[in-house]
Amino acid sequence: MIPGSFNYHRPKSVQEAVGLLAKLGDDGRLLAGGHSLIPTMKLRLATPANLIDLGGIADLKGIRADGNDIVVGAMTTQHDLIASDLLASKIPILRETSAQIADPQVRYVGTLGGNVANGDPANDMPALMMCLNATFHASGKSGERKIAARGFYQGLYATALQSGEVLTAIRIPVPAAGHGYAYEKLKRKIGDFATAAAAVVLTMKGGKVNSCAIALTNVADKPLLAEEATKILIGSALDAATVKRAVAAAEAITSPAEDPRGPAQYRTKMAGVMLTRALARAKSLAKG
Amino acid sequence: MNDMTPTSAERAAKLEGMGCKRKRVEDIRFTQGKGNYVDDIKLPNMLYGEFNRSPYGHAHVKKIDTAKAAAVPGVVAVLTAETLKTVNLAWMPTLAGDVQMVLADGYVLFQNQEVAFVIADSREAAADAADLVEVEYEQLPVNVDPLKAMAPNAPVIREDLKGKTEGAHGKRKHYNHIFSWQAGDKAAADAAFAKADVTIREMISYPRVHPCPLETCQCVASFDKIKGELTLYGTFQAPHVIRTVGSLISKIPEHKIHVISPDVGGGFGNKVGAYPGYICSIVASIVTGVPVKWTESRIDNLSTTAFARDFHMDMELACTKDGKLLGLRCYTIADHGAFDACANATKWPAGLFSIISGSYDIPAAHCLVDGVYTNKAPGGVAYRCSFRVTEAAYCVERAMDIMAQKLGMDPADFRMKNLIRREQFPYTSAFGWQYDSGDYQTALTKAMEAVSYRKLRDEQKQKREAFKRGETRELMGIGVIHFTEIVGAGPSRNCDILGIAMFDSAEIRIHPTGSGICRLGTKSQGQGHETTYAQIIATELGLAADSITVEEGNTDTAPYGLGTYGSRSTPVSGAATAMACRKIKAKAQMIAAYMLEVHDDDLEWDVDRFRVKGNPERFKTMTELAWAAYHEVPPGMEPGLEAVDYYDPPNFTFPFGAYICVVDVDVDTGMIKVRRFYALDDCGTRINPMIIEGQIHGGLAEAFGIAMGQEIHYDDDGNVTTASFLDYFLPTAVETPRWETDWTTTPSPHHPIGAKGVGESPNVGGVPCFSNAVNDAFAFLGSTHIQMPHDHWRVWTAAEKLGLHA
Repeated sequence: MIPGSFNYHRPKSVQEAVGLLAKLGDDGRLLAGGHSLIPTMKLRLATPANLIDLGGIADLKGIRADGNDIVVGAMTTQHDLIASDLLASKIPILRETSAQIADPQVRYVGTLGGNVANGDPANDMPALMMCLNATFHASGKSGERKIAARGFYQGLYATALQSGEVLTAIRIPVPAAGHGYAYEKLKRKIGDFATAAAAVVLTMKGGKVNSCAIALTNVADKPLLAEEATKILIGSALDAATVKRAVAAAEAITSPAEDPRGPAQYRTKMAGVMLTRALARAKSLAKG
Repeated sequence: MNDMTPTSAERAAKLEGMGCKRKRVEDIRFTQGKGNYVDDIKLPNMLYGEFNRSPYGHAHVKKIDTAKAAAVPGVVAVLTAETLKTVNLAWMPTLAGDVQMVLADGYVLFQNQEVAFVIADSREAAADAADLVEVEYEQLPVNVDPLKAMAPNAPVIREDLKGKTEGAHGKRKHYNHIFSWQAGDKAAADAAFAKADVTIREMISYPRVHPCPLETCQCVASFDKIKGELTLYGTFQAPHVIRTVGSLISKIPEHKIHVISPDVGGGFGNKVGAYPGYICSIVASIVTGVPVKWTESRIDNLSTTAFARDFHMDMELACTKDGKLLGLRCYTIADHGAFDACANATKWPAGLFSIISGSYDIPAAHCLVDGVYTNKAPGGVAYRCSFRVTEAAYCVERAMDIMAQKLGMDPADFRMKNLIRREQFPYTSAFGWQYDSGDYQTALTKAMEAVSYRKLRDEQKQKREAFKRGETRELMGIGVIHFTEIVGAGPSRNCDILGIAMFDSAEIRIHPTGSGICRLGTKSQGQGHETTYAQIIATELGLAADSITVEEGNTDTAPYGLGTYGSRSTPVSGAATAMACRKIKAKAQMIAAYMLEVHDDDLEWDVDRFRVKGNPERFKTMTELAWAAYHEVPPGMEPGLEAVDYYDPPNFTFPFGAYICVVDVDVDTGMIKVRRFYALDDCGTRINPMIIEGQIHGGLAEAFGIAMGQEIHYDDDGNVTTASFLDYFLPTAVETPRWETDWTTTPSPHHPIGAKGVGESPNVGGVPCFSNAVNDAFAFLGSTHIQMPHDHWRVWTAAEKLGLHA
């Protein structure tokens, strides 16, 4: 549990970080909150020669409204997300999900950017960002670009982020007023990753589902957007039979690995149970 | 006398003796981060050791190349089995009569086994170099299943034992067999089963778990070449045993070995044994001439140093049709891993497992245990229980529920009918144990009343109906148990470790001003010995507990003792403390008689003084007598006021308790909510009720962890998949239920102060209580036994098998 030796860099600006990444190439790893990278280094599964700590870049922190979006700096901690009045009123599911990540000590240090950029399907924020249709801002040597969360995740630790790029901010469209939402997560204990989790954001109109987005955590090698399930639900009153069909459709896209949380079949079923419960709660919160 | 003269009761209260909720004196340093643990020890020029470990569960080691590791800056030496052979230490004896590789000698037999030991001037360099030891392996077939260990074609685990038909405990049946051990009367048990109306049989497995102390195992070995003396600081539960074993192994004379256990951060059985880390550190210090520290990581701890349980019990009970127990039979396969490094009293390879008749009056019983080798880490220690008592209590308490279910009786009523009755004590069990004292019906009745047991059953009945009607997806379960422990190992006629009788000791020295020091052969790992032993002395000698220093863990100063595990400190060293006090008191009485110019027999004891019978204003306080002991002893008496006592207990003590747990099971996820947990413990005389309560809270939290989620799991390739807190379930305060504690007091008749020991009861009783609650939730659907741990997916699977998700 002793990491290998490494050089430590603490750039003051995004530009400096990008420059360091370009210079150090594959020998350089970005350090955000460190809750994934540092344990991996202690196990010597990761042995970066250079750590580039983004903690000294003031521009990467903060939460602000921008038109109909909210922009969150990549180095904003989960604790900051929970403490934000703006998020509490505009995107309450973000607060709810943050509160289910690990424990307070972790949330004081763990960041939204680190959580989404690492490409770990067990993290909670990637599925939520897909559910909310967020956009990630990345800076690289050739400038800045935007990547949709829904197209970002390619597989286990594989993302659309290119080497040399720093994920700088997350832009989240504010869901419609009166929307219902829920993040249901089954875990064995505080601090654990999800056995399965489901994020739901929906709007209702005349007692029927008007819009809906569903994403699933930790039931495949990447977070999943349950599009078929969404199609089934739109226009329905979330009656039991329709929900059951939608849940079956969501379960069908999962391919979890067996791990100490349970065999694959169980984790698939838990994705279904979490989705069922998330839909019920989202419906109860939705106005219209 | 005037009104300001304190009464006897006021004087007694000031002493903070037995029965007082005295605050733990050790917490003054622990709560300020001022404890002194092994890892706090930093000696001049100290080096650091780190292991290279096997990635495989079973492999032939074809070649070890240490050149790259040795070339890392800061590395001083790299030890392998070849190096250790030069000092005849490639293998070491175990407490169980087996031998164990210190470093891989031709083979590795479990994942993470120690292969090479790197010594460097920093922990970082040692870790870097350990990674660079190049080992060429040839993988061999793996077996991690104890039930398959004695199959005709099972992989051979121990090549070194090839052809050996005799083990440390008699004949070996198979090349992977370690021992057979039995107790009770087989013919009588068979006869009981032949005439029984109702019998049950169930395979009850207690999975492999780990004691998992917060502080891992560690040591600092410092060999002084000039004096030829070894000082060994370590996380030892039994420092004297380590000194003796160390001397026997190393051939260093015992008086030239100084073993020191400083503050120890939890042990729970994990820190009883001797590990390769200790041997390698000692050899490394001898080789390098400077101190060497070894610190175990969490993964190393969970995957290599002593595990617990891994008992697989084929259990049978026999009964009359009206619910009177007639017989018990149990055949157990015990998985001891790759080496038999089980920590038991030497003659008891399955420990005190024959306490398996529990709290019940069972006329005929027999048990047989076969120990086997597998490709798993060695161990099999008493994790917060007396040797193998937890396994036995779990087995019989589960079986009692299964039998009650078959009889159609309420499990509490079935227990009540079969509990040993108060008038039967001292009670001799079918296995030959003489239970010292008990009042079981009173305990169970009190527990049932405290939780309104009948009302809970009514509520459960209604909830089951509602479940059947589809109105709820929750099932309610009620666990009820009555356990009996056997602790305080132990009487020399039963117990020894490598030939050393399992007595324990106390040495008390009272200073002239009436304060004193007490040194003991036990070693606290958080139990609060510094607080409680002083309370025994306070009551026995009438000196304030605050005026007594309690010291343990230094083999140079402490009297010889066998250490702390198996709830033996209070039953054995607590008794020694009381007996040493009584020797001191007898001398003090003679001094008092001399000073008061009366005969010894004319004096009577009054809290903190001897007074003249019938004339209470003539007295000498213990403080005055302490002073007198150093300057005006009676003619012919030697000065001073001290005593030592080596206590060989006449019997074990038998703490007991009645626990009740209520759970609600979510059948759709397998999640379990513990609604209520009530624990009534009877540990005989209660020394410090606050410490008892704390011990019970801690033991119940561990029991919760074990029952609800713990398992040291190996995959078929021999990989240990639960070697970190990511996957090994260590509950936090959030998951841990709220506890309700209660007690009755039935003193031990043979213990000087009537105390029985308590630290381990909650683990022993807690696990079956949780498990029975979970099982009870499903019992009405025909389910008899669901194996632990009761984590989400296993509970869900049980529900799935019962068709509850259709």
